[in-house]
Amino acid sequence: MGVNAMALPRSRWWRRLSVIELYLWAFRLAVVLVVVWGVVGTVRAARYSGEVWLDFVVFGFSQGAIYALIALGYTMVYGILRMINFAHGDIFMVGAYTAYYAARALDQRGIFNSRPLLSLALILVVAMVVSMVTALLVERVAYRPLRRAPRLVPLISAIGASFFLEYAVRGLYGSGFQAYPEFNVFKGEWVLFGVGILRTQAVVIVSALILMAALYLFVMRTKTGTAMRSVAEDMEVAALMGINVDRIIVITFAIGGAAAGAAGILYALVFKQVHFFMGFYPGIKAFTAAVLGGIGNIPGALLGGVALGLIESVAPILVLDGLGIVAPYQLKDVTAFIMLVMVLIFRPSGILGERLATKKA
Amino acid sequence: MSTRSPLRHAVRIGLLWGTGALFISLVGLIEALQQRQIVTGIVSGGHTILLVLILAAGLSLARPLTAVGAGVRLGAAALAGVIAALPVALWLLLSRVVNFRAMIVGATPELYTILSLGRGPAVLPWLLLGGALLAAVGMALTMLPREAQSLATTGLVTLLIIGLLQEQVQLILQAPWLTRIREALFTFDGLTPLGAVIVVALSAGVSSLWHRQRPRARARLAQWPPARRRWLQVGGFAAAVALILLLPLFVGPFFSQVLVLVGLYTLMGMGLNLEVGFAGLLDIGFVAFWAIGAYTVGLLTSSSPQAIAHLSWWTATLIAAVVSLISGFLFGLPILGIRGDYLAIATLGFGEIIRLLVLSDFLRPWLGGSQGVLGIPKPVLFGFEFRGPEQLFFITIGASAIVAFVAARLRDSRLGRAWMAMREDEDVAQAMGINTVNIKLLAYGIGAVFAGVSGAIFAVMVGSVFPHSFSVLVSINVLALIIVGGMGSLPGVVVGSLALVGLPELLREFSDYRFLVYGAVLMVMMILRPEGLWPAAAQRRELHEEVAAVPEREAVEMLPGSDG
Repeated sequence: MGVNAMALPRSRWWRRLSVIELYLWAFRLAVVLVVVWGVVGTVRAARYSGEVWLDFVVFGFSQGAIYALIALGYTMVYGILRMINFAHGDIFMVGAYTAYYAARALDQRGIFNSRPLLSLALILVVAMVVSMVTALLVERVAYRPLRRAPRLVPLISAIGASFFLEYAVRGLYGSGFQAYPEFNVFKGEWVLFGVGILRTQAVVIVSALILMAALYLFVMRTKTGTAMRSVAEDMEVAALMGINVDRIIVITFAIGGAAAGAAGILYALVFKQVHFFMGFYPGIKAFTAAVLGGIGNIPGALLGGVALGLIESVAPILVLDGLGIVAPYQLKDVTAFIMLVMVLIFRPSGILGERLATKKA
Repeated sequence: MSTRSPLRHAVRIGLLWGTGALFISLVGLIEALQQRQIVTGIVSGGHTILLVLILAAGLSLARPLTAVGAGVRLGAAALAGVIAALPVALWLLLSRVVNFRAMIVGATPELYTILSLGRGPAVLPWLLLGGALLAAVGMALTMLPREAQSLATTGLVTLLIIGLLQEQVQLILQAPWLTRIREALFTFDGLTPLGAVIVVALSAGVSSLWHRQRPRARARLAQWPPARRRWLQVGGFAAAVALILLLPLFVGPFFSQVLVLVGLYTLMGMGLNLEVGFAGLLDIGFVAFWAIGAYTVGLLTSSSPQAIAHLSWWTATLIAAVVSLISGFLFGLPILGIRGDYLAIATLGFGEIIRLLVLSDFLRPWLGGSQGVLGIPKPVLFGFEFRGPEQLFFITIGASAIVAFVAARLRDSRLGRAWMAMREDEDVAQAMGINTVNIKLLAYGIGAVFAGVSGAIFAVMVGSVFPHSFSVLVSINVLALIIVGGMGSLPGVVVGSLALVGLPELLREFSDYRFLVYGAVLMVMMILRPEGLWPAAAQRRELHEEVAAVPEREAVEMLPGSDG
């Protein structure tokens, strides 16, 4: 068939191109042109020093590490249940918000700064446990009864769970912003290889990497991890092999929830405040990261998260500033959402490819 | 299910409803509703909700326990009631030791006063006893004969509704010749005890009469000659139209405002219903089209510096419809290839992109940034100015009627059938020769027009457009209302927007908890009743396949070639 297609007269090739393909190509071309135009403009103007760029890159890395941690939950759940856990961003929020009270209590007693590492570990544990419990509750209430329902049904239920969690937290904890206490140790910079890096960002990147490595080893090396992978591969066959699928699903949600809770603390370290709606954007962005890396793929989540974090932090000044757009940093989220839409349109299988590509309905 | 013992059922259901009761207390809902008196000096809103919850615990225990004897059932219900009262009671005890307020905003002393009926810890045993009694009453209700059951429910539900909405009911009874009735039924802030009795008796009586007489009336109607029946139908329709058109005269500006909002959401719901319900394309960035309609009207009519023209509202709305149509196409084109849940997220992304762009300083010179576009003049037709909600009501109703008509015709058209085929299975639909590209674009385009018109009316209602009016919450609101009404069902859209837009507007204390309830509603509907409250016929058949007993009339409609 390929040969026949090649043999068609050259003058007719455009006839095989549909309007939609043309439109999509024009879309791609426009994006590429805009990006190139913007980059050229920025480079020619040369308004930012190397140090500023480096700051943006490091910020992108720390941001991306957080997205990657959240993305793990999306990716693992999608790998097993083929559903988007739309409430995952709010599971992240619930952990961070609840841990705020632990942090405040520690701060009021002065432990927060006299023993920073212990305090950090403590609030991490609080956030992870709370997020894990929330994730399990959401799974039990909103998803388990719908496991055999048509695809859109659990998604709508998940959207419901998401808003329910947000407004439950708003009702319980209040609707304002709460300022997270700061660790004095993590203020200022560390100098690595002659480059100054904000301490919080270094902490965030390192902790996220450690957590992710641990998780990767868990999934690849332990028996439960193997069971998880086999359920992701084929639920029915896995069940026939004596794997308790329900248990594996619960474990998946628990791990994803714990990772999201940890991400919540890291997020609070960087942004120093919590709010009941704070999970919405990171949730969508982490989903973008999961798809970007290849959904169902754990290293992909890391790759996608970091890529998205970098794009989001660098693109506004690299591209938009060069286009002469005022206040480009306001459009940071727009660049992330454009990435989201573009990935879904042009490469839904992600960078590392989707293991599930053939099975997706 | 039936392997569980009654004891376990009772514990489970008691815990479920009890945690629910504690949760809504802590979230602040009870305290907020406490200001509403249902029956003055006897029962107020917050207490009523708690009472209803415990009663419901008893009611919901009836289904799993159909097999056991009456004594066991009542006992189990009483136990469930005690357990349902337990979380609140325990919390009250604990709150004397622990200060929850540092963490939970809603755990106020006022809440504790409400929960303990203002009598401190001594009341706790009574709470448990009351729980047991109430749940037993709930169970006893289910053991009554059918007719008595329906009388009791109608009476209580009517009492609850009239009690909760007494402010609005009193507003309607404002006319001078109704004063005597109003004063007999209501005090300043609630029903009088006498009024409560009258309301219960009256509603129960009417309901009983209705149930008795309906079969007879139906039978008599069936004997009428068709021509006469037709006249009755036409007459009924005309009366309904007249009633709706005269509504704003009776109900005053506040109610009209609520009705306009309901109408706007109905319009949007019709549009989203087209995409989600008919074509199966879940779109949670739908609010973007609303924004596009509103901004088009704003820019074309307003007196603000951003305005590019000063057209009349009518022309601007027509243009807004066209702009929405085109933007629907343009928005649909790139995402044609995306399916299912990815599509939902992509549309969400689009919606947010539009909102963030409008909000940004970058487009501020053209769209006004966060200040928006101000000074949109009211529409004028033949010298009649649609000044306030009472006048805008007519525009909204007119637009809703047209849109509902169009949607109904579309549903029964070839296009509608193609949409539904695509909803069921896109690949098969394509294989059957349906051009899925065209019909998807049409779904986005037409849906966008409905939303755009709604946005146009919204813009003129508020008199200005701000990006903050167009958050993702609006999309969720619309999604929730079509799901409550029933996906793919047109009357369902109206029912849904009355329930989810109208009611919260009337219960203002409740509006903070709107999205809490919507979230819960989305989950509960998906689990218990995915076809919605007023389902489209096809969905009802599909989602309840195990109930194969399709009524004969519907079965005939299902046959090919018998549509009409």
